Order: sequence, then structure tokens, then C-alpha cells
Amino acid sequence: MHADKPAGRALHGVMAEFDDANALVDATRKTYAAGYRKMDAYSPFPIEAAWEAMHVNDRRVQLIILIGGIVGMFAGFGLCYWVSTTAYPLNVGGRPLNSWPMFIPVTFEVTILVASFSAVIGMLALNGLPMPYHPVFNVPRFATYASQDRFFLAIEADDPRFDRTQTFDFLKSLGAKDVNEVEE
Amino acid sequence: MASQSDYSSSYKAPPPVIEPGHTFESITSKISSIVLTKYQPLAWIITTAIAFMFVNVLLVAVSYLFMKGIGIWGNNIPVGWAFDIINFVWWIGIGHAGTLISAILLLFKQDWRTSINRFAEAMTLFAVLCALMFPLIHTGRPWLAAYWLLPYPNAMGIWPQFRSPLIWDVFAITTYGTVSALFWYTGLIPDLATFRDRAKNRVSRMIYGVLALGWRGSARHWQRYETAYLILAGMSTPLVLSVHTVVSFDFSIGIIPGWHATIFPPYFVAGAIYAGFAMVLLLAIPLRKLYRLEDFITKRHLENMAKVTLVTGLIVCYGYGMEAFFGYYSANQYEQFMIHNRMFGPYAWSYWMLIFCNAVVPQTLWIKKLRTSTTWLFIMASVVTVGMWLERFVIIVTSLHRDFLPSAWGMYYPTFWDFATLFGTMGLFVMLMFLFVRVLPMISIFEVRTLIPAAKIKGAEGH
Repeated sequence: MHADKPAGRALHGVMAEFDDANALVDATRKTYAAGYRKMDAYSPFPIEAAWEAMHVNDRRVQLIILIGGIVGMFAGFGLCYWVSTTAYPLNVGGRPLNSWPMFIPVTFEVTILVASFSAVIGMLALNGLPMPYHPVFNVPRFATYASQDRFFLAIEADDPRFDRTQTFDFLKSLGAKDVNEVEE
Repeated sequence: MASQSDYSSSYKAPPPVIEPGHTFESITSKISSIVLTKYQPLAWIITTAIAFMFVNVLLVAVSYLFMKGIGIWGNNIPVGWAFDIINFVWWIGIGHAGTLISAILLLFKQDWRTSINRFAEAMTLFAVLCALMFPLIHTGRPWLAAYWLLPYPNAMGIWPQFRSPLIWDVFAITTYGTVSALFWYTGLIPDLATFRDRAKNRVSRMIYGVLALGWRGSARHWQRYETAYLILAGMSTPLVLSVHTVVSFDFSIGIIPGWHATIFPPYFVAGAIYAGFAMVLLLAIPLRKLYRLEDFITKRHLENMAKVTLVTGLIVCYGYGMEAFFGYYSANQYEQFMIHNRMFGPYAWSYWMLIFCNAVVPQTLWIKKLRTSTTWLFIMASVVTVGMWLERFVIIVTSLHRDFLPSAWGMYYPTFWDFATLFGTMGLFVMLMFLFVRVLPMISIFEVRTLIPAAKIKGAEGH
């Protein structure tokens, strides 16, 4: 079969199904070793070995949280400082308007608040979520079991090494329970 | 001399976190079948109905308050603060266990937390919600509370006083509520995806689908997810400690005898964890029985929670001891009078009841038989919950009712509306909790999956 485009819809990739977490990790390691890069392992719970097998370690989440925290810290302290010295200065017993030790609780809370929002929004944004449509859900068994008890490995069609039949057979050779083509 | 083997033979490995024999499928179906079903246990219907009745009591009490003003409550000078702040501090305290369980125990790698963190977080949210009501309604005019509480540019050009612990409180509580909600929702996303894929009903499939944000369990996503979740836990840990610290500043920054004590922040934080764990026990014991979750919330969970309750209870006892010591040793007649009056004055009954509830009854937890008895734990947790409410009553009312000058002395008697508001918020709390149990997974499904042997990856470093 050498048709570049199948009759019907474009191909997103091929997907193998495993019923065991260890099988998924093994297959992921082998797929990476075979030179595939545009791939993804899907599991119903976090498996550290799975993303390590793909050599994935996105550190931008930490950076976003750090930036969020710093912004929050300056915002919190800035609010207290500006309100107390400029917008509404109140002389309480002759104490300095910029009585900074009293501003620390609010500064701390705003730091945590902004950093937490950065953590969640940053994580979701880097993951491209919310995503109303993704081709992997076109595989019926994925749509039912990927979030329950099955493990999937997908190799995407835009990987330079991707070949419709060879990649299909490669995934089969990894001991997959089932291999499916994923329509775009 | 005891040899090495003596120790190892007497050492018993802790039982597994969840009962053995579970598979990914059995965990998933057991937890999600509680929600994705038309069946409702009769006990659920009855409890929710009773709780809803109390919500109506709350609505009446609050409406009447807004019509008449806070004169309908019993607090008046010298006891200017009473049920409003007692209930506020009590609810906030209860709201501490959730984040403690999800964040601090996560950082300490206590994997038994996994079975209880979800509903403890929900409990936190609802308790914070109940607590937040009091600062709003105690103004009597909540529509004015906006500019009293929040810094926003208003037409009058006035701003809050950032040197006051009361405004710190606003920031601490709102941050805590928001971050708890974020933490809770982030933890829910993978489970919402499970519900999306399991729901038979089209409408629920759509609702869970929208809430799951298109989560598909990709390893690339999990990596960022786990990073974000762990850092959130790391940030929530100082946050949860800061919240009750700031609440204690409401008192300790003031120069009222009985409030102005440096022991307050740690004493309040320990008390909050104590009250929170008691409330988790109070909810976990009936829910586990009602939904037959004994496999996930095992005796080991209950025993561990009992141990945390005992330890924090001892810290609270230390706080009571130190309060008495500071008072008597202060060489200050007002402080000395305050502590003497607290123990032997007109409100002595509340002090000794508090000591009985918080210092005496929890000591039974030293006995393993009682610590593992669900009936006793339920009774003990109820007693502690009452005791923690009394603690705030004692701190607030006994410190205020004897002012510096005898001419300003008075007594405080709560009114019907005080109690109506308190029991109303309890109804609100229970109703929200039971609704939550009905529509969302009360145990984190994806985290429980990681506990079974099939989730252990060979050749990988420990998780």
C-alpha cells in the first residue's frame, strides 16, 4: 500500500494498545530507541518512567510559577506600599507610613495566589488544554478505556520516520494488544 | 541485649494502603459507580433533606439580620465579638485539614492520604465558604463590606488599613479559598476525564467532558501536571500554616488580656489541624459505611487520622498550659485576673468543658482498641468538634466580658438568631458535602490506581 492519502480522512498516526503499564513503558523506550520522536504515551495515571522513556522534562512550568510568584510578591507589596504612603496615608501614632513589616502577610498571600494561578493556568496552557477535539479520541477503545485501565502509545504521522505500514508493523512487534490507525 | 533480629521479628510492616486484590478496573468502577448511577441511598436523601432544612434556617436568619441589623444577635459591648467570629474561626479551623492532607502529606510521601484527600479538600472548600460568610454578614450590611474588606478604587477614595490584621485576614482567607479550589480542581481533571468516558447519560457526559478540558492522559501532560501539582502542594504548605497564623493575629495583635500572647499562632494552627482531622473523621466514618468504601478508607487510614488528632491535641493542650502559665506568671494583674476568671469566673463551665473535650477525651486514643474502633472515633471526633468550638468561645467571650474597669463588665448571652446562623451554616456544609459526594468522585481515582502493584514499573526508580 503506497497511497499517500487514504480514501477518506487524513491520518494522525498509529496507536498501539497495551493492558499493562510495564508493557507501555517498555514499548515507549523501544519506540524512542527506534528513532521516533513525535510520539506520546497515554496512561490513566501518571507514570514517571513513561515520560522519562520519551526524554520529556518540560521545565517551563517551574519557570512560569517562579515568574508568577515574583510578580505576585511585587504586586502585593506594591499595593500595601502605594495605599499606605500615597493613596490613603494614615498617621498611626507617628509610625512610618511605609511600615513594611506589617505589609508582609499580604505580600506573602498575594505571592502564593499569583504563583498558584500561574501553576494551574501555565500547566494547562503548555498542555494545550482546554482542547475540545483531539484525533486520538477517534479510536473507540481509546475514548472509552484510556482514562480507565488501558495504556496507549501513539506515533504521529508527521514524524520524519513515520511510514504507514512499517510503523504499524513496528508497533505490532512491540507486543501491543491491538494497533489502530488514528484518523485526523 | 536485643539483637537485630529481635527488632525485625517484632516489627510489623504497615498493612497495604488499600485492601489487596484490586485492579485498575475495579478501582475505577467502584469509585465512579457511586456517582454514575440513578441509585441514591436512603440515608443520603434523608441527610441532604435535613441539611437543606437547616440551609433554609440560615436563609431566614440572614434575611432577618439584613432587615434588622446585628442587634438581633447577643453580642454587645463589652463582648463586641461573639458568635460571628467564634463560628468564623471554627469553620476556618475545620477547613485546614483538607489542604494539610493533600499538600503536607503529599510532600511527606504519605501515600495513605490518597484515599481521603479528595473529600477532605472538598470539606476545606465548603468550610471556608461557611467561614467567609461570617465576615460578610457580621457587618450587618454586606453591600458595604466590599470597600471595608477589599482594596478597590471607590468613589469615596478610601482604602483599607494594611497595618491591621483584619485586612490580612481578608487576604489570607480569600487566597486560601482560591488556592484550595485550584488545587482541588487540578486534582479532579483526570478523574473528570474518567467520568466523561464512563458516563452513560448524554448530559452528564457533556458536563464532565467540558470540565475535563479534553484531558487525554498523555505522558507529556502528566509530566507538567505532576510538576505543577507538586509545586502547588509545596506552596499550599506554608499557605495553610499562614492562614490560621493570620487568624490568630486578629487576636494576638490586640492588647486584650487573654489574646495578646505569642503562643497564639502555633497554638491556633495546631488547633485548626486538630479540628480539621476530627471533621474528616466525622465525615469519613459514615461515608465509608454508606458507600461501602472500607477497601479504600481502611482502618489504617482511620488510625492514622486518630494519631494525627492525638498529636495535635497534645499541642493544643500545651497551648492551654502555656496560656495559664503566661497569665499567672505575667506579674500583670489584668492577665492574672483574666486566667483566673476564665477558670473560675462566670464562664468557668465553658473552660472546663473545653478541657474535658479537647484535653481529656482524646487521651483515649493512646489505646489501640479505641483508636481502631469506628464508633469510638466518631464519638471522639464529635466531642473534639464541640471542644474546638468551645475553645473559640472561651478565648473570645471570657477575654472580653471582663473589661479593664469593673464598671464596663458585662455578660454575653447568645440569642436564637445566633444559634440559627450557626446551625444554618452546619446545614449548608453538610448539604454541599453530600451534593459533592453525589456528583464528583469523593476519592481520587487516578491516585488510588497508582497504589496497586500493577502500577509499579519494573526497572524504574521509586516513585
